[in-house]
Amino acid sequence: MAADSFDFPAALAKALADPQIAGNFKSALGGLRGKRLALFADPAELARLRATGKALKGRTLSRLPELLVQLEANCTRNGIRVHWAETTEEANRIVLSILRAHGADTVVKGKSMVSEEMGLNHFLEEHGVTPVETDLGEFIIQLAHQPPSHITAPALHMNRKQVAELFSKCIPDTPYTEDVLELNAIARRVLREKFRTAKAGLSGVNFAVAETGSLVLVENEGNGRMSTHCPDVHIALMGLEKVVEKLEHLPPLMRLLTGSATGQLLSTYVNVVSGPRGPHELDGPREVHLVILDNGRSNMFQDAELSGSLRCIRCGACLNNCPVYSRLGGHAYGSVYPGPIGSVITPQMEGLDAKGDLSFASSLCGACEEVCPVMIPLARHLRRIRSECEAAPGQGLVRGRGAKRCAVKTLGWRLWAFVERRPWLRERLLALAARLTGRWTPAVGPLAAWSQARTLPKLARKSLRQRVREEGVRHG
Amino acid sequence: MNRPSPAGKVLLFGTCLADAVFPDAGMASIRLLENCGFQVAYPLEQGCCGQPAYNSGFPDEARAVALAQVKAFAGSDAPVVVPSGSCAGMLRHHYPALFEGRPELFEVLAFSARVREFCEFLAEAAPTLPDSGPPVRAVWHSSCHALRETGSTPAAKALLRALPGVELVELAREWECCGFGGTFSVKRPEISAAMVRDKVEDVLAARADVLLTADCGCLLNITSAAQRMGRPVRGMHVAEFLWERVSGTASTQQPATRAGEANHGR
Ligand code: SF4
Repeated sequence: MAADSFDFPAALAKALADPQIAGNFKSALGGLRGKRLALFADPAELARLRATGKALKGRTLSRLPELLVQLEANCTRNGIRVHWAETTEEANRIVLSILRAHGADTVVKGKSMVSEEMGLNHFLEEHGVTPVETDLGEFIIQLAHQPPSHITAPALHMNRKQVAELFSKCIPDTPYTEDVLELNAIARRVLREKFRTAKAGLSGVNFAVAETGSLVLVENEGNGRMSTHCPDVHIALMGLEKVVEKLEHLPPLMRLLTGSATGQLLSTYVNVVSGPRGPHELDGPREVHLVILDNGRSNMFQDAELSGSLRCIRCGACLNNCPVYSRLGGHAYGSVYPGPIGSVITPQMEGLDAKGDLSFASSLCGACEEVCPVMIPLARHLRRIRSECEAAPGQGLVRGRGAKRCAVKTLGWRLWAFVERRPWLRERLLALAARLTGRWTPAVGPLAAWSQARTLPKLARKSLRQRVREEGVRHG
Repeated sequence: MNRPSPAGKVLLFGTCLADAVFPDAGMASIRLLENCGFQVAYPLEQGCCGQPAYNSGFPDEARAVALAQVKAFAGSDAPVVVPSGSCAGMLRHHYPALFEGRPELFEVLAFSARVREFCEFLAEAAPTLPDSGPPVRAVWHSSCHALRETGSTPAAKALLRALPGVELVELAREWECCGFGGTFSVKRPEISAAMVRDKVEDVLAARADVLLTADCGCLLNITSAAQRMGRPVRGMHVAEFLWERVSGTASTQQPATRAGEANHGR
């Protein structure tokens, strides 16, 4: 997914013309929304929980550098080897060198969005290592050679029929079946063999506890446990914002994560990795590595306002509730993180020139903010990114500041502000426009876009200002 | 009025869209408030709330226009009543954010604290209005900002439910944006169009005689899209609807005869 080749309007047109996207997403997201609402039925309790989540993550962020150092020290003490990567390229190299050191030509992967962010699978394949996705959704899209379309449900865009076809086509000796249990059994059969034979496993991290030096993984399928416990080597990948202060901070955060994502009170599995296999232990990896990725995050951290986006716990609720995401699906965003949070963090990671457009793919309706468990002001962040896009180049922390700036547009807004501060002028211009066009606003400029799907607005015969004066309303 | 009229001064922020396209909504707001015993004034120095620039990435221009509004309503402690959830949200919640860390902040905060959304204000002043209109089945559309910023949707519905002649139905997907989003509808017309078409379907499925909302932007968006789709929807700003019923000028015509006319620009 090369950033410079991303054509957002084309991706939009394609997504909107695809009836399957509309169908699959609407039904799947409706289900997720319903489950979330059912779990968080008490608004007062939810409000308390969200405030707690916001406070806990906010507190962590305020001490981020210090906590990361503490995490590293405690992980190291536990026998976890910690690596720092500033760029995705660096992170990829670190993973590859660990795999090579163990002669691993296959790696079983639990779900990790950071690995998607790194383009890890592609990188490994290019270097002769086969990555095997073991999360069912990831397994499906790997077979289909597609990127994920959702943060927590990567194959959300596909329905049962499409999966059935894919399995029968891509997995040898597999008859066509639409039976969900059978489809699960097929995936299980393929994956068990991989878990048994792979020398290395890889996973993401949901929370990394600084106080204890432990990595917490939340999952539902058990594949995460298999990936991190069966092979001799376990590599965990995390963005540097995943650190939390203490073990006791986990219960509210996990409740918010699983509740917002899938409406579950708790996920099926919660894995706490606190180091490699001890001398008297019977199972577990002999080596555990933790790769901590920056990729623009320390830049976000330094921005007093936008650093709020680092609170994100990747629950996906903002996607599930976004009217834009639900119509486009994840692929149209052309980036790993779609939906509202993606439109906030992707432009910061990849630059405004490449991805600034994403910030305009929102009506700012606020549905995302309303559900975000850690109360990230997503609409406010989107506005800020927009203003970074339009601002004069130079200052500013977001890469590519001023990327969308254009003299005509800037002049247009200046003129608008000039007129809006002079109501008498506005009145005259409106009256003139009405006279010239017979009250129908002409389909030029922005109104041409408007009129693609709507009739044009008709100016009133008399403006409210005029009526107020004529009909005896006080106006002093 | 079944309630003692709270005499007092009220200033109306009419909104730029009501000024240019829906003056009836603005006039109805004024008449309703007067009917409740308020002395209503409409400062002529007012203009747009600044939201279009604010949402488009031009905060400097938005600030300049915002400050002009603060000045236009200065010199009084009277409530500033706004017949739009979206503009009320801007004046009340976003102005303080826009002026954070600036010398004008306190002036702006004092202004923002006076801002009230129209339905919310009216429901408090006159929870039950007299109703002389014919029976009608109305569907309610809530703007996103009335729903999530001003929280004035319950007040609007309570006002309508208190009218004996009105049967209020709710949209299946009320929580979902109609796709207007101010400049969003021209900046990303493809997505906006997909959203508003679904909203029109939702409205039509409610089989109501009239679509009511407290936001001119949504009203314009939904009725124009419906008309374009060849399935017109009769829409009205809630203030206009209420005023017709209170003042006894509500149409007794069968809704079908009015269905062909999108209710804007009259
Ligand atoms: S921004 Fe909020 S709602 Fe969206 S994924 Fe992150 S935590 Fe969840």
